[in-house]
Amino acid sequence: MLDTRLYLLQRITAMIMAPLVLLHLGVMIVAIQGGLDSAEILSRTRGSLFWGGTYGLFVLAVSVHAALGIRVVLFEWLSIKDIKLTLVSWLVFAVLLMMGARAVYAVVA
Amino acid sequence: MIIKPHRGQPLWIAFLLHRISGVGLAIFLPFHFYLLGLALEQSETMDGLLRWSDNPLVKFAEFGLVFLLAVHMFGGLRLLALEFLPWNDRQKTLAAIAVALSFLLAIGFLMRAV
Amino acid sequence: MLEPVDKLEVSVWRGDASGGAHVIYQVPRQPSQTILDVVTWIQREQDAQLSYRFSCRVGMCGSCAMMVNGIPRWTCRTHVQKVVQANRLMIEPLRNLPVIKDLVCDMSDFFVKWKAAGGQFRPRKTRQDPVEPLLPDSPKRAAASAAIECINCAICYASCDVVSWNPAYLGPAALNRAWSLLNDERDNGQQARLKAVASDAGCHNCHSHANCATYCPNELNPTASIAGLKRLASMAALRGNL
Repeated sequence: MLDTRLYLLQRITAMIMAPLVLLHLGVMIVAIQGGLDSAEILSRTRGSLFWGGTYGLFVLAVSVHAALGIRVVLFEWLSIKDIKLTLVSWLVFAVLLMMGARAVYAVVA
Repeated sequence: MIIKPHRGQPLWIAFLLHRISGVGLAIFLPFHFYLLGLALEQSETMDGLLRWSDNPLVKFAEFGLVFLLAVHMFGGLRLLALEFLPWNDRQKTLAAIAVALSFLLAIGFLMRAV
Repeated sequence: MLEPVDKLEVSVWRGDASGGAHVIYQVPRQPSQTILDVVTWIQREQDAQLSYRFSCRVGMCGSCAMMVNGIPRWTCRTHVQKVVQANRLMIEPLRNLPVIKDLVCDMSDFFVKWKAAGGQFRPRKTRQDPVEPLLPDSPKRAAASAAIECINCAICYASCDVVSWNPAYLGPAALNRAWSLLNDERDNGQQARLKAVASDAGCHNCHSHANCATYCPNELNPTASIAGLKRLASMAALRGNL
């Protein structure tokens, strides 16, 4: 129940995120060595345009991708349709985008 | 849960894994974003939560999350290839490779984490 | 003549659109027996009221398709010894289609969707034009030929979970047919056909479970055809041609 437009949005955000996921997993595997605390995270990300931009893009892409994915699951498995489906999909997008943007800001500012 | 007879074949299970990992990650993300959001004004709370996550059980749960993320990504790459590149008959093999790579990556994480 | 010792315990769905139940029959086992033989024996010897479809009984027409132990099959081509489990069989009407009576389902939705996906050939030339040469091994013709052997038996449709989850989904057979025609250089209806398969009832619903390819008795691959449709639709959309 995705038309070509939404389908392409889903696939393009997936392609954007593939390298970002690999980067993120790599960073995590390195970062957790010897324990993790907020100082260590912030020393890497604070004031960094690179991390802000990278994770900002990641947040935007995942908000779209997850909202569309959840949309399909809600339609196929819970039979949610029409306006209710549209509202919930936008809600998922908005929550992920806002919380994600706040998280990126919190570690970069 | 008994899988109905017409569903047990490998590519259907690959789909199920992809869907479950996607939904799992979508549920996990708000909590993940919340924790990171604490860094700005509540860094002690954040450090407390990070110390809590040093617990081996939590590390095992994180291993699970890493596996879900990797399996969703590698499975997704297989789908992108299926949809945008010329047809490949070896879909079952590719699905198995995706799961294997994900498992290796997740084990790599667990080994570094404990 | 010796009485066959082995009896099959066959559970057959009986009922109609308002509901029904499984009824158990004891059927004598025979060598080289097919599921169609079993159903026919029940109708002739046990219950003349049993309704079922068949025609050619040699695996050419697809009329005898039913769910056998939960899997859609041509019953005339399914040997009992291949599918029997501890002397038990379960026979039900095809999934995803409304039941008319017993093992007979209403194929209307299947054919409505076949047409809606652009299944009808639209000629460009008339009988006054010269015959168009078609090279059998051109890539497009090869793609069209690979998908063309569909006899509309609805086994793929019955095996598809997306069909059961999305009532509007056109389904594997209709989309496979559309792919075959989209690769047919003689056809003149491509714009409308592509629009139909790119809609939200179309190819993008497919999650590549590949149940259709797994169970198609003609060894067709609707999953691959639908992947081809996704490529065509995406390229057209990106070029603003949809």
